[in-house]
Amino acid sequence: MRFDVRIDVTHLPGVLDPQGATVERALPALGYRNVSEVSIAKTIRLAIDAESVDDARAQIDDMCARLLANPVIERYTVEIGDAVDAR
Amino acid sequence: MTTRVGVVVFPGTNCELDVVWAVEALGAEAELLWHGDRSVQGVDAVVVPGGFAHGDYLRTGAIARFSPVMDAVAEHAAAGGAVVGICNGFQVLTEAGLLPGALQKNTGLAFICDTVEVEVVSTRSVLTRGTEPGTVLRIPINHFEGNYVCDAETLRALHDDDRIVLRYVDNPNGSLDDIAGISNAGGNVVGLMPHPERASDPLLGSADGAVLLGSLLGDAVTTPA
Repeated sequence: MRFDVRIDVTHLPGVLDPQGATVERALPALGYRNVSEVSIAKTIRLAIDAESVDDARAQIDDMCARLLANPVIERYTVEIGDAVDAR
Repeated sequence: MTTRVGVVVFPGTNCELDVVWAVEALGAEAELLWHGDRSVQGVDAVVVPGGFAHGDYLRTGAIARFSPVMDAVAEHAAAGGAVVGICNGFQVLTEAGLLPGALQKNTGLAFICDTVEVEVVSTRSVLTRGTEPGTVLRIPINHFEGNYVCDAETLRALHDDDRIVLRYVDNPNGSLDDIAGISNAGGNVVGLMPHPERASDPLLGSADGAVLLGSLLGDAVTTPA
């Protein structure tokens, strides 16, 4: 089965997000004084052929641990779409 | 015997020839190690130089760490061999797990190209053994992601085990605890953001970097495992 996957890689809480902080400082200049907690993240989309959603999830976790995210400064969330027959 | 230094080259590395020039000026032999090589060719010391390995795609150093040569670099380090990562090379060594922590975007989001003062903290490392603690060196930095971060436990270990090699006198990038360079527990693996090879001759404005590279060359052969 083929699954569409969306992985969001965000900063760990407490790790400085210089891009988010800069945007947060810029928004009040446009009149938006009601904005806080701005965070800029990475989204990775991919399609994976796997036996099941659990199999897909296990492989995605492995990819994230080894390459897609750096656990020292980042965490990630995974959304896996409905299975599509790959044939 | 002349010390042999291997300088790792990834696609996108751009400081390798400066390192070769600087270590040869200090009397060492230098050779380039291609990222696809599975060996470090028996060199005494390995330098992972600066640049933009694999375009810095995904994260700095994230792709480079999977290059075949990095397994050989890790083996060299595990055997007590000297490994120094400069700038992007430091980022590669953290991604490879040879050094703890990570390098984040600079606070202020500016790419900084400047000559800064750094102070020698630990003299246990292969890069600072020939120096005195408190020595202030003027060395250029040239980076966007030089803001060192690690968790509290790691920072404590770096302090307790005397593994903070260099600190900025005037922190330019938000780096945790003003850290400009650290070492592994053995002191034989060092990562630093400043470029000692760019301060290796008075004509370049400073020869202070030669002090560090000289330490490396002097120690490269005799580093205990």
